[in-house]
Amino acid sequence: MNDRPVYIIDGSRTPFLKARGVGPFTPVDLAVQCGRPLLLRQPFAPDAFDQVILGCVNVIADEMNPARVAALRLGMGEAMPAFTVQINCGSGMQSIDTAYRYIQDGTSDLILAGGTEALSYAPLVFRRSAVEWYMQLFAARDLWARLKAFAGVRPSFFKPIIGLERGLTDPIVELNMGQTAEVVAHLFKVTRRQADEYAAESQQRLARAQAEKVFADEMEPAFGRDGKLYDFDDGVRPDSTADSLAKLKPVFERPWGQVTAGNSSQITDGASWVILASEDAVKRHGLTPRAVIVDSEWSALDPSIMGLGPVLCSTAIMRRHNLALNDIDLWELNEAFAAQVLACLAAWNDDKFCREVLHLDKAAGLIDRAKLNIDGGAIGLGHPVGASGNRIVLHLVNAMKRHGHKRGIATECIGGGQGGAMLIETV
Amino acid sequence: MTQKVWDVLDERNLELGPLSWPEGDNAASPWRHWKLKSDADGVAWLVLDKQGAGANTLSEGVISELDDVLNTVERETPKGLVIRSGKKSGFIAGADIGEFRGTTSAADVETRLGRAHNVIDRLDRLKLPTIAVIHGYCLGGGLEMALACDYRIAIDDASLGFPEVLLGLHPGLGGTVRLTRLINPLQAMTAMLTGKTIRTRQAKALGLIDAVTQERHVGAAVKSVVAGQFKTARAGLSVALLNSAPARKLLAARMRSEAEKKAPAKDYPAPGALIDLWESQGGDPPAMQKAEVASFARLLVTPTAQNLIRVFFLRDKLKGMAGGDWKGQRIHVIGAGAMGGDIAAWCAWHGFTVSLADMKGEPLAGAIKRAADLFKKIAHKSTDIRDALDRLIPDLKGDGAATADLIIEAVPENLALKQKVYAGIEAKMRPDAILATNTSSIPLEELCKGLKRPERFLGLHFFNPVSRMQLVEVVSHPGVAPDVLAAGQAFLGRIDRLPAPVKSAPGFLVNRALTPYLMEAFVMLDEGVKRETIDRAAEDFGMPMGPIELADQVGLDICLHVAEVLRQELPRPMPATPKWLSDKVEKGELGRKTGKGMYDWKDGKAVKDSGAPKPSPDMADRLILPMLDVCVTCLREGVVADEETIDGAMIFATGFAPFRGGPMHYAHSRGVADIVLALTQLATKYGERFQPDSGWDRIK
Repeated sequence: MNDRPVYIIDGSRTPFLKARGVGPFTPVDLAVQCGRPLLLRQPFAPDAFDQVILGCVNVIADEMNPARVAALRLGMGEAMPAFTVQINCGSGMQSIDTAYRYIQDGTSDLILAGGTEALSYAPLVFRRSAVEWYMQLFAARDLWARLKAFAGVRPSFFKPIIGLERGLTDPIVELNMGQTAEVVAHLFKVTRRQADEYAAESQQRLARAQAEKVFADEMEPAFGRDGKLYDFDDGVRPDSTADSLAKLKPVFERPWGQVTAGNSSQITDGASWVILASEDAVKRHGLTPRAVIVDSEWSALDPSIMGLGPVLCSTAIMRRHNLALNDIDLWELNEAFAAQVLACLAAWNDDKFCREVLHLDKAAGLIDRAKLNIDGGAIGLGHPVGASGNRIVLHLVNAMKRHGHKRGIATECIGGGQGGAMLIETV
Repeated sequence: MTQKVWDVLDERNLELGPLSWPEGDNAASPWRHWKLKSDADGVAWLVLDKQGAGANTLSEGVISELDDVLNTVERETPKGLVIRSGKKSGFIAGADIGEFRGTTSAADVETRLGRAHNVIDRLDRLKLPTIAVIHGYCLGGGLEMALACDYRIAIDDASLGFPEVLLGLHPGLGGTVRLTRLINPLQAMTAMLTGKTIRTRQAKALGLIDAVTQERHVGAAVKSVVAGQFKTARAGLSVALLNSAPARKLLAARMRSEAEKKAPAKDYPAPGALIDLWESQGGDPPAMQKAEVASFARLLVTPTAQNLIRVFFLRDKLKGMAGGDWKGQRIHVIGAGAMGGDIAAWCAWHGFTVSLADMKGEPLAGAIKRAADLFKKIAHKSTDIRDALDRLIPDLKGDGAATADLIIEAVPENLALKQKVYAGIEAKMRPDAILATNTSSIPLEELCKGLKRPERFLGLHFFNPVSRMQLVEVVSHPGVAPDVLAAGQAFLGRIDRLPAPVKSAPGFLVNRALTPYLMEAFVMLDEGVKRETIDRAAEDFGMPMGPIELADQVGLDICLHVAEVLRQELPRPMPATPKWLSDKVEKGELGRKTGKGMYDWKDGKAVKDSGAPKPSPDMADRLILPMLDVCVTCLREGVVADEETIDGAMIFATGFAPFRGGPMHYAHSRGVADIVLALTQLATKYGERFQPDSGWDRIK
C-alpha cells in the first residue's frame, strides 16, 4: 500500500465557554463561529474542500447531521458532502482520523475536520413512562378516551431527567464518568491532594498561557447576536490553589469520594476545526503544512476504567514506531479528571500493568510534567466532549511549533471504555 | 463552481397547467401577451407573459387583448378559468405607469379608464369559476384584476398591495369598490391609504386571498375549486355593517385626521379623495365605481401625482445605472464603526459574504448586534436572520481583504489614516478587486496619492442610516477606470441602493447642498427664531424634517466638520460657524446619537415645543433656495451630469419634498426667473451668500 502523507494545514477553535444556563450558541453556531475566520484566511475558496467531517455527541433536534448544516452555513456550497461522527469524548479526534484515512488512501485531498459541542444545550428528557402517557393521550380518539388517558398522569412524569446526567453515565456499568475517575484513582492510589495539586497547576498553566497570548493563533473570538464578545476561555480560575481546591466537596461519590468540581473538567461549550490536506492539495493551493499525521490508534477496555484508555492507545502507537515515552516531545492528554490523568501516568510507571496489559518488558516510566499539557487543559478550559479531541490535536501542533518540537501525541479517554491517540510530527 | 441543481430545474417550478414544462408550447398564441389552453379537465389556463418586459404590467395593450381573450373564453365556456403570470418575477406589478405620465386631461383619462373597467367587469361577470393564482408581486392594477376573480390562491412568497397612494393616486380599476366589499372596509381603507405591501399570511387573515399554497399544489387546488370542494371563509355581516352610512361617516373622520398627520392634504390630495370616495359612495358599488374613475382622473392630473410619478421614473433612471453586470461575491469592509458596520450588514443581508475588519473586538461585537437588530426588523423568516448573520464575518486580522472582490474603507475621516490603510490593503488585495472609500469630505484626488492602482479606486458614499437611505453617491476621480465605476454602480443595484454618479468635489453633491440649508438655520437661530419655528418652515415646504432636527440626526460633529471642509475648499461665502455650535460639539452634545444636541432626544425622537410661533413667509425660501443654488453650481461645475440625477439624489438621500419632484424640478415649476429674483432679494437683505449662481442662466 502506498500511503500518502496527510498534512495539518491550519485550524481554529472558539473560546471554550463554561455552561451557565443555556448558552448563546448551538453546536453548529459554535462550529460556524470558528469556521468562518479559518476559511476566510485560506488562499482557496470554501467550496474547494472535498468533504466536511464533524464530531458531535449531543446533536440537538434542530441540527441533525450538524456537519452538513455547518458546511452549508459556512458557505461551502450545496455540493459539499458532510457527515457527523460520534465516538463520545473522542469525536473531535475521530473526525480528524477519518479525514486522515480518506486522504491517506487517495479518496480525498482537502478535508475540513472538526468537533463541536454545546453541553449547555443538553436537553431535559422526559421519563419513558411520561412519554408513553403522552402518546396515549395524543392517540386518544374521543373525549372519553382522552379523559381516561389523562387520568393516567403521575406527578413523577413532570420530573424531567437531565439529559446531560444520563449522557455522562455509562449504561453498561451504570457508573457516572466521575465515578470511573474515583475507580482509577483508587486502583492507582492517586490521592485527593495529588489531584487537587494537579488541577491547581493546570489552572495556573492555562492562566499563564492566556496572559502570554499563547492561544492567539488558534482561538477566534465568538460574537453573540446581543453584541456580547466572547474572546477568552472563561472557565479559567487563576486563583485556584491546592488548598483552595481542598475545600470543595466530592460531587460524584459523597461523602468519601475525592473527585470534585474543582479537579474535574468543566461542563463547557466549544468547537474546533482542523484543515487536512494531501500533498497534491498543498501544491495546488500553495499551502504551508504545519504538521503531518504519523499514526492514530483507538483502544478499548472495561467501561468502568475508561480513564486508562490513553495509556493503551498511545502505547500501541509508540510500539509501532519504536518510540519510548521520552521520545515524545509533547503530550496533550485530555484532562477529563485530574485523578484520571494521574492514574494514566501511574499506569505507565506500574511494572505489572505495563507487563501484563501493555506487553512491555517493564514499566514505561514517567512522563515529565514539563512535557504534559503545558498550557493547561480541560480542567480550566472545560471539556465540550465532541470538540476536545480536535482541540488537543490543534493545540499540540501549535505548541510544538512554538517550542520547536518535533513529535507529539494527543490522546484522550473516552466514556464507554475507549481511548484515542494521534502521533503528530511538525514539518 | 459546480452547477446548482435548482438552477436547472427552476423553470419547472411554475405550475402553468397545460402550458407547463415540458409540454407547454410557446408558439401559436393568437395574442402577444396572453396564452390560453384548456387542460384535461376542461379548465382553461390563461397565462400573462407580457412581451419585452421583465415583469408584467397592466398596459392598455394587455387589457385590450384580455378583452379579446374573454371573447374566446365566453365562446368556449370552459369549466373554469385560471389566471396567472408566466413570469418568475410575479403576478402583475401594477399598471403601466408610463401611460400615466404627462397626462393633462382628466376627461381623456376617464375615457381610457372606462374602457379598462369594461374589460375587468366582463371578467368579473363570467359565469364560470375564475381563479387568480398569485405568486410574487401582485400590486395595484394586478390586485384589482385578481379581485375581479372569484377565488384568489397565493403562493407563499406573494406580496399584495395597493401602492397607488405613493404616486399621489388611489386604486382606479375598481379596487376601491371591490376591496371594501371583500374585506373589512376599515382594513381595506388602511391598506389603500398606507400603500403597504401585504404578505400572504396577513392577506389570508384579512380574507384578501382564499388559500396559501406552494407551486406543487396549484394543480390540485384548481381542481378542488372547479369541483366545488373548495371552501372560502369570506367576511360577512361586519363588512356590510362597516359599510353602512353612519359607520362610514364615523370612520372617515378618524381616517382623515390620521392621514393628515402622515401626509397633509394640501400637499397630498389622494388620501382625502379616497376617504371622500368611500364615505360618500361606499354604500352603492356601481356609483362608487363611477366615482372612482372620476376621482382617479382628477388626481392623476394634479401636480402632486405627476411629480410623484416623476420621482418613480427618477428611481427607475438611477436603478438603470445600477443595472450593469458585476459578478463579485465577496465584500470586505474596513472599520466597524456606525457606517462600516451598517454597510457590511446591509451587504450581508443582500446575499454577499462580507468580512468586516476592525482591530478591536468590541466595535465588531457592536456591529453584529446592530445587524442582528436590523435583520430582526426586516426579516420574514428566522432562518434569513441566521443566514445573513452567518455571512457577516467579523475579521480581526483583516484576512478577508485577500479574497474580496470589493473592499469598502469606512475608517474615520483622516487622510493620513486612510492612506496608511490603503497601503496595507493594496499589498493584500487581488489586482482585479475594487477599492472604495466611504469618505464624505476628503477629495479622492488626495486619497489617490500613493495608490499603486488608482484606476481601481472610487468613492461609494453611503448615508446614515444605510438601511433606510436609498441613495449612494458613486464618486469618480480623473484616474478611475470606467469599468470600475460601472462595477460600483452594479454592486449598488445588487444591494438595492440607488447610485448617483458624482465627480470628486468637496462635499460631493448631497452634503454640499445640505450644508447651506443647515448653516442658514443656525443663523436664524442666532437671530432669535425658535428652533421649532425654523423646522416648521422647512416641514411646511415638504421636507421630511427641518434643518435643526436634521443636524441633530446627522450629528453636530459631522455637520461642523463638513461645513469647515466646504468653507476651506469652496468659494461660496458661508456664514461663520456659531461659537455655541463648536462648544456643543466640544461638550459631546452631538445630537440624536448622544441624546442631546440642538434638541433633547427621547426614544429616538426630538422633544419639541408645540407652542412655537408659526414661521414667516420668507423663511422657507431662506432655507431652501441656497440648497437649490448649490445644486445649480454642481450642475455648472459638472459635479453631476444632469438635473434628473440631482433631483433623484436629493429626494432619495435627503427626502427632499417628493411631491415637488426634486429641487431642479421645483425650480422649473416655480420659474427660474422667480428663483433668481428671490435669491437676489435675499442677498440684498441677508448678504452675499444668497447671490445666485451664474449657472441659473443656462437652465432657463
